[in-house]
Amino acid sequence: MLDQLLSEYFPILVFLGIAIGLCVVMILGSMIVARQKPDPEKLSAYECGFEAFDDARTRFDVRFYLVTLLFIIFDLEVAFLFPWAVSLGNIGLFGFWSMVIFLVILTIGFAYEWKKGALEWE
Amino acid sequence: MTELPVLFPAYPEIFLAIAIMALMMIGAYSKAENTLGAVSALTQVSFVVTAGLVLFVVGGATQLAMNDLFIVDQFAVYMKLLILLASLLAVTMSNGFIRREGMAKFEYPILIAFATLGMMMMVSANDLMSLYIGLELQSLSLYVMAAFQRDNSRSTEAGLKYFVLGALSSGMLLYGMSMVYGFAGSTQFNALANAFTADTGAHMGVIVGLIFMVAGLAFKISAVPFHMWTPDVYEGAPTPVTAFFAVAPKVAAMALLIRVLVGPFGGLVAEWSQVIVVLSILSMFIGSFAAIAQSNIKRLMAYSSIGHIGFALIGLAAGTEGGVEAVLIYLAIYLVMNIGTFACILNMKVGGRMVENISDLAGLSKNNPVMAMLIMVFMFSMAGIPPMAGFMSKLFVFKAAIDAGLIALTVIGAVTSVVSAFYYLRVIKVMYFDDPAEKLDSVESGAMKLILAVTGIVTATMIFYMPVVTDPAIKAASSLFGG
Amino acid sequence: MIQTLVFYMFAIITIACGFMVITARNPVHSVLFLILAFFNAAGLFLLQGAEFISMILVIVYVGAVAVLFLFVVMMLDVNLNEMRRGFVKYLPIGLAVGAVLLVELFTIFTAWVVEPAVISVNAATATPAASEVHNTEALGNLIYTHYVYLFMGSGMVLLLAMVGAIVLTLRSRDGVKKQRIMDQIARPASEEVELVKVSSGGGI
Repeated sequence: MLDQLLSEYFPILVFLGIAIGLCVVMILGSMIVARQKPDPEKLSAYECGFEAFDDARTRFDVRFYLVTLLFIIFDLEVAFLFPWAVSLGNIGLFGFWSMVIFLVILTIGFAYEWKKGALEWE
Repeated sequence: MTELPVLFPAYPEIFLAIAIMALMMIGAYSKAENTLGAVSALTQVSFVVTAGLVLFVVGGATQLAMNDLFIVDQFAVYMKLLILLASLLAVTMSNGFIRREGMAKFEYPILIAFATLGMMMMVSANDLMSLYIGLELQSLSLYVMAAFQRDNSRSTEAGLKYFVLGALSSGMLLYGMSMVYGFAGSTQFNALANAFTADTGAHMGVIVGLIFMVAGLAFKISAVPFHMWTPDVYEGAPTPVTAFFAVAPKVAAMALLIRVLVGPFGGLVAEWSQVIVVLSILSMFIGSFAAIAQSNIKRLMAYSSIGHIGFALIGLAAGTEGGVEAVLIYLAIYLVMNIGTFACILNMKVGGRMVENISDLAGLSKNNPVMAMLIMVFMFSMAGIPPMAGFMSKLFVFKAAIDAGLIALTVIGAVTSVVSAFYYLRVIKVMYFDDPAEKLDSVESGAMKLILAVTGIVTATMIFYMPVVTDPAIKAASSLFGG
Repeated sequence: MIQTLVFYMFAIITIACGFMVITARNPVHSVLFLILAFFNAAGLFLLQGAEFISMILVIVYVGAVAVLFLFVVMMLDVNLNEMRRGFVKYLPIGLAVGAVLLVELFTIFTAWVVEPAVISVNAATATPAASEVHNTEALGNLIYTHYVYLFMGSGMVLLLAMVGAIVLTLRSRDGVKKQRIMDQIARPASEEVELVKVSSGGGI
């Protein structure tokens, strides 16, 4: 069973191998074939012909964080739906309703955050 | 496969969960002026109803529910009632403070309710997984509450510290659980108890797992050497939150520790009791010596609670029914004393501004003799001076330890108790013999006066009606030992 | 054979990435290495036959948690060189803790025994043989019925997480101009328009 399961993933492994192989070939190829003559002007960051004004990493607004956090919560909720969908035939009505109650709990959270305005960007 | 699990014993938890969701909807959608007031009142009502349900569902016997993941016995009932009482009083005491200090959001009582639900799930856990879910529900809401005053850097710092160390302790707990599961093949408490009997003993891996679990739980009760977060969090968190932290989660985590050690690992008492002895001695030492240098009363209370946990652990270290009974009595009295003390601290205001240094209490006996008298009662009780309630709780614990042959531990307990009396008495000295500082404001709300009066009277007169506490504690302890 | 090779590939990359996460100079690079480590861990889970966990690792950790980490790194704007100062000082302690954990893991794997008494007790929830039922399905059969209590408990934890996130981070800004279409439509003329009788030659 395990071997069978893994053999289903064999194409992905091959794909992974090709991807990695291609990356290595391209990087190594350019290192070997192309001429490497760096000078400070070539290595400097290029921004519309100017020197870079400041660091690319600036502080992000805390609102991004809130959005991601809410996304994770609903992502986890969705994760619970996969095994439920797969085994719905075995778990019967009780299994069905337990998921419905779970969804109701999170819908309450959704209604709450909607009303609080957490889903708006302003 | 599709039949419904037994739900009846879990009715209080189910009710509280539904109440929380209803309160969230009311809070978010209500158009009333005073949403916080309405939600607070409704939260208090839900706590009372939940307590009624707790008493209603308990039969004489132990009941399992939810496919054996959930247990209701006298022990769980006793603990749940203590927790609900603490949460109810915490909501009541917070009312004035959160309005004054810009924390007036309706989520505050809801977070307390979430934490209460988590604590109730913890004390009723009958499986390592349900234990963990309950613990996380409780911890997560406590992290948020610690940082609730989010524009105050001390509060956010407290929340962050609490979160990082709490997450670490959860990790240790999970690591220990995974080891126990790996060696025992089950997470269910009854199955574990069958697997680890005193005669068969346990594999080394189980012991390692057990110690990790104890370490994780020791974080939650802030026993030394896992106490580092306590003073900072207690000092930084808003005062009503600190009052809540000092009582309900401590009681719940202690209940969990007892449940885990006596239940599934009851057969391994020889292995865990030495760890508990070490935790107990260290907690008593740090709790009494480190507190001497404190000038902030919230930090003082943090060290005081560490010390109290050390004393309570003496009873658990005994590992006997009498020992657990003593711990239960200790926790009930600890709850009353601490609620009272924090009610006093919450009333330490000068001109509407909170003050929290011990020196601010100077000369209180002249400015506000009633309050000074109350604080004296609580301090005497915490120090364990007869005839206050705190004396009785220490007495029971020491007696249980002597019965179990832990003479050395009892002696250390008595010595540290004397040391700790020093800083409790110092507070009294400041109040009665120092030159008056600025006058404190008078107690504002009627509810607060009632709490102060009741806790003060109970602390002072408990000795006359000890059976009110001891009888349920005896029943609770015997239900845990399969009596 | 291939399986063993793939295992070693995933394992080595995971460890190397874990090492890079804590040694990379740029915190953003650390997060990217962390993502790679997550991917490889997913591969390791897959090799064990834990298909569901492996996919969840990709969806939740790579898809969501790593993004959150990136945001946090950007939000905090940490100067890692400052933080790295204590690295050498704490190295011995860190190594000691690591060594203890290693010894413990070693103890476990050299002495793996499942107590026979428990297996019989716990037969109701014992793992079904991998040949009978699919990994995801086996989980689904238990989570929603046998472990419904924990399922609902995790629902409450998620709900609490929402409340907590909103309480701590949501702030309404003053002075934001925005269009409220409903308000515009619902505006009654009586409140907004005033009819004034202007007397001739008088003005308003």
